[in-house]
Amino acid sequence: MHFPLTIDAVVVKYLIHFLIGIAFGAVLEMSGFAISTRLAGQFYFKDQTVLKVMFGGVITAMVLIFWFVAMGWLDYDLIWVNPTYLWPGIVGGLIMGVGFIIGGFCPGTSFVSAATGKIDGLLFAAGVTAGVLLFGETEPLFHTWWYSSDYGRLTLFEVFHTSYGVMVAIVVIVALLMFWGAEYLERAFGGRASGIVPWAKYAFGLIALAAVALPLFGEPTVDELWARVAPEMEPKLQAREVYIHPAELMEARYDERFRTVVLDVRPEADYNLFHIRWAHRADMDDLPTWAQRIKKDKRLTVVVLVSNDDQAATEAWKTLVALDVPNVYILDGGINHWLDIFAAEDTRIHPMSLTGGLEAERLRYDFDYALGEASPAADPVPDQHEELLEEFQPKIELELPAGPAGGGCG
Amino acid sequence: MSANLSAQAQAKPKPQPKPYLNPYVGGLLLGLVLFLSFLITGSGLGASGGVNRIAVFFEDLIASGHVDRNPYLAHMAGGNANPLLNWTVFVLLGAMVGGFVSAKFHHRWEVATYKGPRISVRTRWVLAFVGGLIMGYGARMARGCTSGQALSGGAVLSAGSWAIMLAIFGGAYALAYFLRKVWN
Repeated sequence: MHFPLTIDAVVVKYLIHFLIGIAFGAVLEMSGFAISTRLAGQFYFKDQTVLKVMFGGVITAMVLIFWFVAMGWLDYDLIWVNPTYLWPGIVGGLIMGVGFIIGGFCPGTSFVSAATGKIDGLLFAAGVTAGVLLFGETEPLFHTWWYSSDYGRLTLFEVFHTSYGVMVAIVVIVALLMFWGAEYLERAFGGRASGIVPWAKYAFGLIALAAVALPLFGEPTVDELWARVAPEMEPKLQAREVYIHPAELMEARYDERFRTVVLDVRPEADYNLFHIRWAHRADMDDLPTWAQRIKKDKRLTVVVLVSNDDQAATEAWKTLVALDVPNVYILDGGINHWLDIFAAEDTRIHPMSLTGGLEAERLRYDFDYALGEASPAADPVPDQHEELLEEFQPKIELELPAGPAGGGCG
Repeated sequence: MSANLSAQAQAKPKPQPKPYLNPYVGGLLLGLVLFLSFLITGSGLGASGGVNRIAVFFEDLIASGHVDRNPYLAHMAGGNANPLLNWTVFVLLGAMVGGFVSAKFHHRWEVATYKGPRISVRTRWVLAFVGGLIMGYGARMARGCTSGQALSGGAVLSAGSWAIMLAIFGGAYALAYFLRKVWN
């Protein structure tokens, strides 16, 4: 997964947005959206340009976006999906509809219209500016309500309990039916329909095919995602570049440049016997949820995976890396290695006297009773282990989190 | 010499405005722009966010203390925060440049007022401003307008954006009958 791009240079970032804006404005102008009478015609059934351009744009972009997601080229978790504040959205939408039919524009088209010399566009744009300021002044009056019915990042396919593939196919089919209806309405009320140029007909045919094929193609599994990144990532495992020494984890917790999330993937019984303080227990099945949660949080985060030795943690590492979580590491040698170093701090922890071969992923320590994190060994302090800090080779290298900082609602 | 030039200018007929795109072609192009925006930057298109930030920028110049005391405004322009350093501002400015260049290129740039046949130009101007005011207020309440919510949120299947899209069309259709004299 390489998209969306991570653009650190502010100038480049804003330049790209500016260029996209130019293309946006040009397309709106070329579609006739600078003309208020044409936009308002939508609501008297005689000119369905608004519906055709808007839904044409939505389904074109949607099919491309979700095919790129399905192919693993674009990370859906990292693109901006407007959070749902249901009632403020619906009331705001109704108010916008009223403004639209009275004034004949929406905000974007009015500014484009003003740029093409239209006085009604300019006045509408001035009105939008005034309305926006008025909202800023009155928002404190209903601040609590404005943050109510907050469903967070809620998608249409979650609402309908289906996959994105099925949802995309349904939306495209509905849109094509609406196009057919729009041609009918234009002929009936305006006397003449826009029709469609042949090549656009083929393009929309292709979009329809792609949309219907998407649910059949299915979403990539974690294994498939790992297979894609394995050639790049497997050598890192081989070279043990991502296995950090227990002392590095101890120190990382006190590093103020980033926050450290420790995920303990062992069975609950082992976790209850002993775990590193602040480690979250994570089932292997829950890792995709963890990945989403970590990526959504824009703070710089280092994830450290922990198991009894490091085999299970390595499997977990593959999952998180396949899901494109940055800065994921494994505790080298796991809890057993951790306790080899820190068990001496607690007399209730005893090394097992094991005979014969060692099972993989088995805890090699005994405890007087389940300690959980109530043990000095669960939270060693770097100051008391200065000798250790010289011993290991630091491996954590910080990679900045990707993705947009916010949506168009700034 | 100058008389000669103006004579030449008069002789040259004003170029005819070019026809608009077929709406389906417009839709395809709009979808491509929107897709590229998501692909490269991770966010879609927007307009009202940019208006908001430019408006708050000027409000902050005039009444900085007032902005700092209103949490909604302070979030954008409190203290030393510059409300203009936000991508929505650049998309909006770009859209205006794109609209201007396209109108000039296609010979459609003209100072004009578009209105229904039954109302005066002055009435149209008043309605444009009032409609804009209502639209701007609603756009902020819904956390985005037709571009930022209906178009961008619609394409990435945000549930809230689809609710807003339906509400916009619903509100406009519900009132259209009563305003038929304005547009027809």
